[in-house]
Amino acid sequence: MDFSWIVSYRELLLHGALLTCLLLVISVTVGFWIAVLLAVAQVGRNPVLKYAAKSYCTFFRGTPLLIQLWLIYYGLGSYLPHIPGLRGSFLWPIMREGVFFAGVALTLNFAAYQGEILRGTLLAVPKGELEAAKAAGMPPFMVLRRIWLPRAIRIGLPTLAGEIILQLKATPIVFSVTVMDLYGAAYKIRQDTLLVYEPLILVAAFYVALTFLITQAFQRLENAVPTRR
Amino acid sequence: MSSNNNQLALAVRDVHKSYGSLKVLKGISLEAVRGDVVSIIGSSGSGKSTFLRCINFLEIPDQGSFRVNGEEVEFRKGRDGRSQPSNWRQIERMRSGLGMVFQSFNLWPHMTILQNVIEAPVHVLKVDRKAAVEKAEGLLAKVGLYEKKDSYPAFLSGGQQQRASIARALCVDPAVMLFDEPTSALDPELVGEVLKVIRGLAEEGRTMIMVTHEMKFARDVSSRVMFLHQGQVEETGPPSQVFGAPTSTRCKEFIAAGSH
Ligand SMILES: Nc1ncnc2c1ncn2[C@@H]1O[C@H](COP(=O)(O)OP(=O)(O)O)[C@@H](O)[C@H]1O
Ligand SMILES: [Mg+2]
Repeated sequence: MDFSWIVSYRELLLHGALLTCLLLVISVTVGFWIAVLLAVAQVGRNPVLKYAAKSYCTFFRGTPLLIQLWLIYYGLGSYLPHIPGLRGSFLWPIMREGVFFAGVALTLNFAAYQGEILRGTLLAVPKGELEAAKAAGMPPFMVLRRIWLPRAIRIGLPTLAGEIILQLKATPIVFSVTVMDLYGAAYKIRQDTLLVYEPLILVAAFYVALTFLITQAFQRLENAVPTRR
Repeated sequence: MSSNNNQLALAVRDVHKSYGSLKVLKGISLEAVRGDVVSIIGSSGSGKSTFLRCINFLEIPDQGSFRVNGEEVEFRKGRDGRSQPSNWRQIERMRSGLGMVFQSFNLWPHMTILQNVIEAPVHVLKVDRKAAVEKAEGLLAKVGLYEKKDSYPAFLSGGQQQRASIARALCVDPAVMLFDEPTSALDPELVGEVLKVIRGLAEEGRTMIMVTHEMKFARDVSSRVMFLHQGQVEETGPPSQVFGAPTSTRCKEFIAAGSH
């Protein structure tokens, strides 16, 4: 086993690891709030929003992430420059990059899965708890904000950890649109050094460590609010 | 007449409610002046819960008139033929003046006991948080749960949870309290502690409407008892009459069945 290359490639590795973490954090946080909207729309009474949210979830859960990424990268990517004013805007340097489209694809995909989960956990909140909120005089939006959503999110917490880990393991797909994430770094090192295993072992260890951290964090979070049994 | 109206905490008239073709309430009326304790008794399925839940519009009645604390609640038939409150804001305001205690407690498990109790005062009534906490602590002390204020509901016994939910209902200074079988979900040895709290409330002059199966308790604390049968009031009057000398045979049978 030869790990001597780590020193000379540390910048590339560090940059890649950072990018992987960044993509994960952004897609999970932004995706989560989109998921909340999707879930609420699905259990809500507005038929248009309900249908739209359902279609969204079906589409993004029913197609491979790779295809979504490419559709967004090549489709949206070739469309954006034609939007008047966008080229001159301060956002342009970011929106030109592959990493932007990678982030968008990962976010939209995560939102679809998490939206479906939250839909289920919203329905799993005992009706009596919502009735107690209504009986206390809360208007519908307050019931949602103070009781329904917080309860649904907590019920979904154990699944959320799993979803984030799946999301982490989906991130290497961004290399297919030229984003140098951690996997991309490993790929480059393998090409340069002709080492087959070592770079892969290193990144595998990184993914495992990150998974461990996520699991631990959620363990803490779950213990913070004890529920029955 | 008008002074009598001022005393009326609750005036409900001719309430009808059906689920599909099943007529559950067939014209029930109830008036309660301040300090009244009205017990609603009757066999399972007679419509007691439905009636109680119509009072705060957790179920929307098909027909009836509702006057809570002097304010008439407006509702009308919608285009689809089903009744709807004309103004949900009014319903929410009315609800915030009615404290409801459920059979299954329904505390919010993601909040501590204290947080449960101050939730409505702080967020619905916009009471200053510090004042709400002070008041909630007083109420929790009153129901014997001060030491448990920072616990989560999951760590309380059923009796403690129900006492906490009574404190939660009390914290908004309700004009009327509604109880739906507050002790039915409890282990027998925990019933007493909850009844003791409710008895205390009756003695301090709270207006209460209470669905219950605790006949002896109802007889002790009620100013009036209402016996429901198949969605109608079969018998109503002071406890001495309803329990002692009921005129309706069904009521007689029901009470005889409950007393052995
Ligand atoms: N949401 C509902 N949908 C259909 N039927 C209902 C509903 N709620 C109550 N009922 C029926 O209405 C009747 C009265 O119920 P309820 O008011 O709960 O009785 P009680 O509290 O006196 O036991 C019962 O026959 C019950 O099955
Ligand atoms: Mg009932």
